[in-house]
Amino acid sequence: MEKVRVVHYLNQFFGQIGGEDRAGIIPQMKEGPVGVGREIQNESKGRFEIVRTIICGDNYAAEHLEEVEPLILKWVDEIRPDLFWAGPAFAAGRYGIACGTMCKAVQQKLGIPVITAMHPTNPGVEAARKEMYIIETGDSIRDMKRVIPKMVALAQKILDKASIGMPEQEGYLPRGIRVNVRAEKRGSKRAVEMLLKKLRGEPFVTELPIPHFDRVAPAPPIADLSKAVIALVTEGGIVPKGNPDRIEAHNASKYCKYFIGDLNDLTGEAFQTAHGGYDPVYANDDPDRVLPLDAARLLEERGLFAKLYDYYYVTVGNVTAVASAARYGHEIGELLLKDGVQGVILTST
Amino acid sequence: MDELLIRKVRVQDVTFGERTEIIDHLLRINREELVRYLLEDSHLKSVEIKLARPGEKKRIIPVKDVLEPRAKSGGTSTTFPGFLGTAEPVGTGITCVLDGVSVVTCGKLVNFQEGLIDMAGPGAAFNLFSKKLNIVLVMNPVENLGKHEHEKAVRVAGIKAAHYLGQAGILAPFDEEIRYPVATCPELEIAYRGLPKVIYIDMVIAQGLLHDNYIYGMNAQGSLPVFLSPTELMDGAIVSGNCAAPCHKNTTYHQQNNPIVEDLLSEHGKTLTFLGAIAMPVRTTLLDKERMCTQVLKMIRFLGAQGAIVSEDGGGNPEADLMMLARLFEKEGIKTVLVSDEYAGRDGASQGLADVTPEADAIVTNGNGNQYVVLPPMEETIGHLEAIDVITGGHTGSLRSDGWIEMEIAGIMGSTVEVGSENLMTVAI
Repeated sequence: MEKVRVVHYLNQFFGQIGGEDRAGIIPQMKEGPVGVGREIQNESKGRFEIVRTIICGDNYAAEHLEEVEPLILKWVDEIRPDLFWAGPAFAAGRYGIACGTMCKAVQQKLGIPVITAMHPTNPGVEAARKEMYIIETGDSIRDMKRVIPKMVALAQKILDKASIGMPEQEGYLPRGIRVNVRAEKRGSKRAVEMLLKKLRGEPFVTELPIPHFDRVAPAPPIADLSKAVIALVTEGGIVPKGNPDRIEAHNASKYCKYFIGDLNDLTGEAFQTAHGGYDPVYANDDPDRVLPLDAARLLEERGLFAKLYDYYYVTVGNVTAVASAARYGHEIGELLLKDGVQGVILTST
Repeated sequence: MDELLIRKVRVQDVTFGERTEIIDHLLRINREELVRYLLEDSHLKSVEIKLARPGEKKRIIPVKDVLEPRAKSGGTSTTFPGFLGTAEPVGTGITCVLDGVSVVTCGKLVNFQEGLIDMAGPGAAFNLFSKKLNIVLVMNPVENLGKHEHEKAVRVAGIKAAHYLGQAGILAPFDEEIRYPVATCPELEIAYRGLPKVIYIDMVIAQGLLHDNYIYGMNAQGSLPVFLSPTELMDGAIVSGNCAAPCHKNTTYHQQNNPIVEDLLSEHGKTLTFLGAIAMPVRTTLLDKERMCTQVLKMIRFLGAQGAIVSEDGGGNPEADLMMLARLFEKEGIKTVLVSDEYAGRDGASQGLADVTPEADAIVTNGNGNQYVVLPPMEETIGHLEAIDVITGGHTGSLRSDGWIEMEIAGIMGSTVEVGSENLMTVAI
């Protein structure tokens, strides 16, 4: 059987460099397998050969994704392996996001098959599940022995273009793709059985889980608006001309903060939108349409509120994973509170 | 205690003959007599009657409705009340059913919501109608008839034919008799004390042309929710004039043979008490949705329901009603199961419902209507094959030059029917 050449991605811990204290290390590449890589080779009965192992610190990957991703893509492109293997990441969030992001990039940009594994709650799942097979793991390294054979088996099927079974058979996390199948019983019978279970207080499983939306309780109103500092925040992608910090047009990996303390109006000469999810013509023509600085200044002048905060925060809320959006919201909120801001006008597109 | 006796006459084949009668499980139809009866309606220019049996390489398109032949034996009420004879309440007495037969209304498109039935090939796997002896009425309206009048003429013709054929069964020996007691609430309370009381909410679209249903012959557009005993449904108390996507149109046949009613009745007196059904009109405005849903809540509180099954009709805006009911019921502690289908996109990756609520924690799905299928040519088309390019689920180019058709199963009658008559469902992969 022909050897499958594999590149393996690991974090500093699984790459046997160190713990949290070494989470800042820059990406490095080693010849051959490291740590769990040997188990992978054994489990594949020698079919898989790990030709290189790429190791990167969790913090470094999380904070410099825009630099790490192209670098790793370049390395992988030079090696041209048959398979890119990341993790397993278990419940480690930064590691999971790195595994998911790297796999997605390698698969989409280089067309090389990928495999990874994580715990269902790992934020990396949300970042990548629709695009690839992620083997479900427990929340810690204790599950390694069970997970590796599943990853090897599924990877072989992907490489051999064999038909891939249901999530529970193969052990992967459902990608959220719904396919029609024939049930043993007709819909009405299943409904009656589900109702009986519900009435008896027994566990039941809905056939169509609905997306769970977080309800955020509104903050109490500002007691005296005339004394309040108000900030402008938008997900509409309004950035200084040229998009200096390169906020992505979709699935933004960051939010940014820009000074507007000396401006009364946003013009198309100095600002633009970086958002890829709506017709940009009107926003580029007059960015106030998305980030209403002109109107806010007018209200400030009339004394409706005490002062407009000197900066605005911006991200792009276009196909942006809910997990990242929630994080940006929390962080921006904390920063604004620290700066004495009492209210926010949050514009959305 | 009142009761309904359903007498089923099993029909194994159908042919044309000199008299309309059933002898030895063979249904003979006097074609001229039936055509003459249907042409009494001056809105119809022509009616052709065609037969389509399971396994025959025939494709019926565009289908408007499907009905089961049923007629009352004795008594003063009639099946399909409010359309034929009086609007006297039905659901008691004797009802004769031609088991294995259905009447299919077909002919020139009224609009573009009508669907397809294949009697053979992969398309025949998608609905129960492909397994029936279908008596197809191919109807042409008179010139310049308005769409509403056209729809009404073909709807009523279907009812007349189903009743006419049902009457032929009265004289034939029946093969099976099912006895359904019709109990009042106090009777149920005494008989089944301690069993949880369950109500069935049968949503019926009431939104205009090809988006209407009729309760006792009355357009549900003008109605508040109506309480029905399970047996009233069996006698045709609800007639469908709805075609909002063929895959999830609850046809008149589905209402006569409502599987949720059947499956609740099979548990009735054992694990639950089945109180009955409420037909709830589904309108378009928020005010109307709130009006209907709160009226339903009011009624089921009076009835003392502890559990509810709600079936959707159509898709899109009716999901707002579906979710509103789940929210209202669950807040009252009434355990609720919703029965729906999905439009999750051809790739199955989209959110399949237009509205959701956290209270909707128990949903049965009858499949994704966007599944794409390729169906082989048939030897005979009953109706108008070119309609495939414009009906829901089809698209320009659906009818390929090689005679095959490609379409979404949204265009196949009852493929994802939301009363749960079929076995289709989705799973996430």
